[in-house]
This record gives sequence, structure tokens and C-alpha cells, in this order.
Amino acid sequence: MKFGRMKAQRRNRVMLVCLILLSTGAAVAFALLALNQNINLFYTPTQIVAGKAPENKLIRAGGMVVAGSLVRSGTGLDLRFIISDLRAAEVEVRYAGILPDLFREGQGVIAHGKLQDDGVFYAEEILAKHDENYMPPELLQEESQPE
Amino acid sequence: MLLVNSVKQFVTRRLPDALHRLGSPRLFFETSGRWLPWLLALSVGLLLLGAIWALLFAPADYQQGHSVRIMYIHVPAAILAQSGYLMMAVAATVFLVWRIKLADIAMQSAAALGISITFLALVTGAIWGKPTWGTWWVWDARLTSTLVLFFLYIGMIALRAAMAHRAGVGRACAVLALVGLVNLPIIKYSVDWWYTLHQPASFSLSRAPTMPLEMWLPLLVMVLAYYLFFFTAWIMRIRQLILVREKDTDWVRQWLASL
Repeated sequence: MKFGRMKAQRRNRVMLVCLILLSTGAAVAFALLALNQNINLFYTPTQIVAGKAPENKLIRAGGMVVAGSLVRSGTGLDLRFIISDLRAAEVEVRYAGILPDLFREGQGVIAHGKLQDDGVFYAEEILAKHDENYMPPELLQEESQPE
Repeated sequence: MLLVNSVKQFVTRRLPDALHRLGSPRLFFETSGRWLPWLLALSVGLLLLGAIWALLFAPADYQQGHSVRIMYIHVPAAILAQSGYLMMAVAATVFLVWRIKLADIAMQSAAALGISITFLALVTGAIWGKPTWGTWWVWDARLTSTLVLFFLYIGMIALRAAMAHRAGVGRACAVLALVGLVNLPIIKYSVDWWYTLHQPASFSLSRAPTMPLEMWLPLLVMVLAYYLFFFTAWIMRIRQLILVREKDTDWVRQWLASL
């Protein structure tokens, strides 16, 4: 029986395949590490509060809408709310327009707009972020009812 | 002693024989021809069962309502877009190392299927994104890396077309398939490594389901159905390409005459 005794030619080819995989893997890994912040779609409230996000430039900010923070102007489509992350940093977002159906307090949003000098994020577009959990409505009611 | 001998015979003679046979286009064509009707019936049946279950009987989502049903089309398509590439890369490796002609044909066929299923994943994702996120498209890491996957499949087909009838076309395509393999972990982990609009994975066999059984089961059926359908369509495409490549041989002429 001849196991592990491949012909030299075949062994070279296996080495070639490994070399291709390793070299492209390493090259792409370095490129991604270098581009890390540019690949992130949005800045978190922590980053914005720490001054890591550029001001007066079109960027995206993402976080959870703080429960009870949504205030509508009452006359038009103007509204404002506060986004936060798990590290308790908070950023006020102002927006005039139609919100996506899934926009809710306590849910994730991504705002596209500009951070002004006053520390307020003026959004031109709001996107709703949802998580990977799905549930029928009946089940939600059962869960929220006390035993 | 008898057992040892039969094991030895299996390993030294039967197994290489079987592999050799699998690599012979003619024997693959004949063997797969017997399996094909069953595979076809099973995959179409499973697809119908899964689609009816998912689209008519599975419950709506508490947030998304009926839009969540797009998941049953989108998630399996996205899984197969990546699995299809992996299978293509395996075929590429086999071809590079052992120079089996059938592996080259399998690689070529997987590219054609992969491009369609990646297109389906991108389109259903956009259709799902509009009512839920509020946008058709955003350049986040998950969406962009999936678009790169689509371009890689296009590159595979374009390279083969550009080098058609030239020696080394199979080897060039195989190298491209292996280079593009680096994109698969990027797609998979994009939602964990970077901030994205896309949510983390909903379907995994290694983690607890992210949805109740009445939603997870139809999704599982759809994933299995997509896999089976992919294999069936793959075999059909391989058979077609075998006929094209071997059209001047006696056995193909005889097979055509027997139709």
C-alpha cells in the first residue's frame, strides 16, 4: 500500500495550491486590517462623543434609539431622538422626513448625514437595522404577559 | 484474515477504481443518468414543499409582518452562493493536482450555477431591504463582499471565454477560483468584524436557532432543497458539457443514435 507517497509532481502541485491560498489570504488580510475603519459602515455614539468622527462631512451614525427620546415637532415631519450604544454614549439626531416602517424606540438605526459643531447629528436619511431574531406576533404577546 | 484481506483489496483496488471511474466522463455520464430522475424528483418535490410551507403556512414576524417570508428564498440562496463557490474551488484543487478532466468540467459548471444563485441572493436581498431597512442597497461589508463574489463568478466565466481553445485554460480558471476563495471568510465574518447594516446570521447548524421551530423548520427544508437542487442542476450541466466536449467520440455518437 502506498499512502502518503505521492508522486513528486503531485506533491509540488499541492504545495502550489497551499501557496496560492496562503499568499492571497495574507495579502487580503493586511489590506483589510489597513482599511479597517473605512470598512465600517457607521460610527458608534462612543466614537462620535470621543471626537473620532469628522464634523461637517457626510457620514453614518448607528446606534439604538433610546426609549422615550423620540420627539416630533407636531406640525411637520421634523423630529429628533437620541441614539446610544451599550457604552452609554449618547448622540442627538435631528431629521425631517419619513421614517422606515421598522423604526422604533429601542431598535437599531443608521442615520446618514452630518455631525455639526453643536454635537448634533443632522440626518438626511434614516435606515432601520433589525437583528437576526424572528418571532410570530402571538409568541411576543405570550412572552410579555406575566404568568 | 478474510476481513483484513477484503479491506486491503478495497483500499488498494476498489477505491482507486471507483475514483478513476468517477473521473471518467463516460462512466460519470452513464452512472449519473441513472440517478438523475430521482434527484430531480426529490429536489423539485422538496422545493415545492418548502416553498408552500414557508410562503403560506409559516407565521409572520412580529416586526416585519409578511416581508419576513423573503427570508426563505434569500437565506438559502445566499448560503448556496457561498457553498457553490467552495465546491467550485474543491473541483479547481482536484483539477490542479490530479489533472482530472471531469474536475475541470465540474468547475466550469459550478461557475454558471453560482452566478445565477448569487444574482438571486442579491436581488432578493434588495427586495427584502427596501421594506425593512428602508433601502435597496448600502455599501456595507456584507453586501459589498457578496457583490465581489458575483464578480468573481463573472470573472471565472469571462476568463474561460477569453481563453477558449487555448491550452491551460482550465489551470488559469482553477488558479482564479483559488484566489477568490479568500472572499468566503470575508463574507461569512463581515457582520462580526465590522459595523454593518446587515444583521448577523440567522441560520446555523452549530448555534441555537434565532427563531421558533415553526419558522426554522421550513427554512431548514428550503436550505436542504436548495442544496439538492444545486447538486441536481450541477450534474445536469456537467452531463451537458461532457456531451459537448466528447462529441466526436464513439460512445457519444452511439448514445445520440440510441435516443
